[in-house]
Amino acid sequence: MDPFRTLTATAVPLVMANVNTDQIFPARFIRKPRAVGYAQFTFHDVRRDDDGMLRADFPLNDERYHDARIIVGGTNFGCGSSREGAVYTLIDSGIRALIAPSFGDIFAANCLKNGVLTVTLPDDAVVDLRDQLRSVERPVLTIDLEAETIVRPDGATLAFSADPFQKHCLLNGLNEIDLSLEFAAEMSAFEAAYRGRFPWLAPDASGRKG
Amino acid sequence: MLRARTIIDKIWDSHVVARRDDGECLLYIDRLLLQENSFHAFDKIRREQRAIRNPGQAFAFSDHYVPTVGREKGLAGIADPEIRNMVELIESDSRDNHITLFGLGDVRQGILHVVGPEQGITQPGLVIAGADSHTSTHGALGAYAFGVGSSEVAHVLAVQGLWRPRPKTMRVLVDAALPAGVTSKDLILSIIGTIGAGGAVGHVIEYAGPGIAALSVEQRMTVCNMSIEAGARAGLMSPDEAVFDYVKGRPYAPKGARWDAALAYWRTLPSDPGAAYDRDVRIAASRIAPMVTWGTNPEQVAPVTGAVPDPAAERDPDRRARMERALSYMALDPGTELRSIAVDRVFIGSCTNSRIEDLRIAAAIAKGRTAQVPTMVVPGSGLVRLQAEAEGLHEIFLAAGFEWRSPGCSMCVAINGDTLAPGERCASTSNRNFEGRQGPGGRTHLMSPAMAAAAAVTGRITDVRELTGVG
Ligand code: SF4
Repeated sequence: MDPFRTLTATAVPLVMANVNTDQIFPARFIRKPRAVGYAQFTFHDVRRDDDGMLRADFPLNDERYHDARIIVGGTNFGCGSSREGAVYTLIDSGIRALIAPSFGDIFAANCLKNGVLTVTLPDDAVVDLRDQLRSVERPVLTIDLEAETIVRPDGATLAFSADPFQKHCLLNGLNEIDLSLEFAAEMSAFEAAYRGRFPWLAPDASGRKG
Repeated sequence: MLRARTIIDKIWDSHVVARRDDGECLLYIDRLLLQENSFHAFDKIRREQRAIRNPGQAFAFSDHYVPTVGREKGLAGIADPEIRNMVELIESDSRDNHITLFGLGDVRQGILHVVGPEQGITQPGLVIAGADSHTSTHGALGAYAFGVGSSEVAHVLAVQGLWRPRPKTMRVLVDAALPAGVTSKDLILSIIGTIGAGGAVGHVIEYAGPGIAALSVEQRMTVCNMSIEAGARAGLMSPDEAVFDYVKGRPYAPKGARWDAALAYWRTLPSDPGAAYDRDVRIAASRIAPMVTWGTNPEQVAPVTGAVPDPAAERDPDRRARMERALSYMALDPGTELRSIAVDRVFIGSCTNSRIEDLRIAAAIAKGRTAQVPTMVVPGSGLVRLQAEAEGLHEIFLAAGFEWRSPGCSMCVAINGDTLAPGERCASTSNRNFEGRQGPGGRTHLMSPAMAAAAAVTGRITDVRELTGVG
């Protein structure tokens, strides 16, 4: 995984609250192998009108934001289904960071596993940020994960607080399974004690495989 | 004296393998539930050359992509090669990794959240991770169960644990038994309408109180199932004798002396009196009516006796914009009586409402009446289907002109080929009314099985109490 340190990039404002993973990545595309490139599916249905034409009023279709790598979204961004394709499609479209007042839990976990930074900021700060992105000529933000700051288009600096573990993984581009396997000894000790305490849960205890 | 603890505290404390400095815990995962979309996870395991730690603690289900007709043809009955490939992948991935599969051709096959409890795989006190966001369903048996994405599925396969911060807790207390003619689907829709689609973000919900105790175990599953629609990390209930009776004798349930030991432990799980929660919400059962969604999120819901709300009356601009967009997508005008809305189709099924009790309720409404619109009944598992046939429910459905199908997720997520046409309006017992959820351009109204059956036999959204005279 590529480390995430700083990112200076175009940011696209998405005002809707409760953006769900069905909207980000409709279910009928999950069966596509990743190799086909998931960028073509990003917000596939929401960004089109009934005739399948790209809607001019959907920000991701706006030429100003065509090279966006950051989304500034609404409350409860990424709620709904656990499909990780919602993160793959954002990555394949170039997105590396998301800023919102809150995120769907499973979606935020999926982001971290794939090296996408999620930044939580208070509601009014997000609203301000979106307003500014719409009004300035160059809607560009700089996110510095180490310093936990965002530089707005007007030059002002916003502080955010990153979860220390998220920060560690992203800064170093770490694979979480490798990190967790460092706890293999603890896991083995736990499992032995656990099966002693709850003998009916040992894998062979029900008399069936499983 | 020991501190009073909630069931959430008790399960959490018994599953912490390790703690990091930042407070995140490596939580032991007892059971992992997989479905066809887990192919990304198996790809990752292969790519990174990982060993699977405990294949016996993972269970796989063919449910999302399986066809609901023509099942006698097996895999060959799936015409679309991409869909067939998904069902083939879960078969080969399970086989190669020695994971038990409930697959096509197995009478026990069905939706993971129906089959898990039905087989006794789900038990009180367990931590269960599932490759589907409605894994919270299993919380009805007193398990701590939540959905995860593919990377975390791979993580559980390799590690048998997941990193989590200790969740905040929220108690939703239902003060009394539900009124006649009102079901647990109406209860959970009403709860989501009250606290909002993001109302429980960061929290685990414990549903409690006399209104919960009065529900059957299957009805409780319907409630826990939709916890994610309020943004909750999980939703569960303290287990009681009804739960223990439900689990007893199921294929994967403990037997003999092990049953006694398990039961003794399970009885220690319920939340202690006086245990504290980060948030408390009280729901007045007497005020709940049969509920119907009018929008494109489960929080956009109203009693069937009501009308489509007017966005102009909404002060919050963001909420107003969402309402306007939802009404335009749903092709509904503010002020329209919900009971005047005609539907094109009815879907009775999904992990929310496809168990035997749901089918009995739907059959009671269908009996002696005739479907006015195409109506599909999709049982949650092969065993539910057999039970329904043993009770003659399928004959009632068929006589009423309903379709009687084979088990799977079907039109809940519309990726197996069962789908709405653009613009079609559907009365559905599933859990999500998102734009395009039941097919691009499809319009979903969520409701209970009784209400969906009532819509089927009248061709419009109907207060089922008008048909039954109850309530
Ligand atoms: S029925 Fe719907 S919600 Fe339930 S597991 Fe299947 S797709 Fe997911």
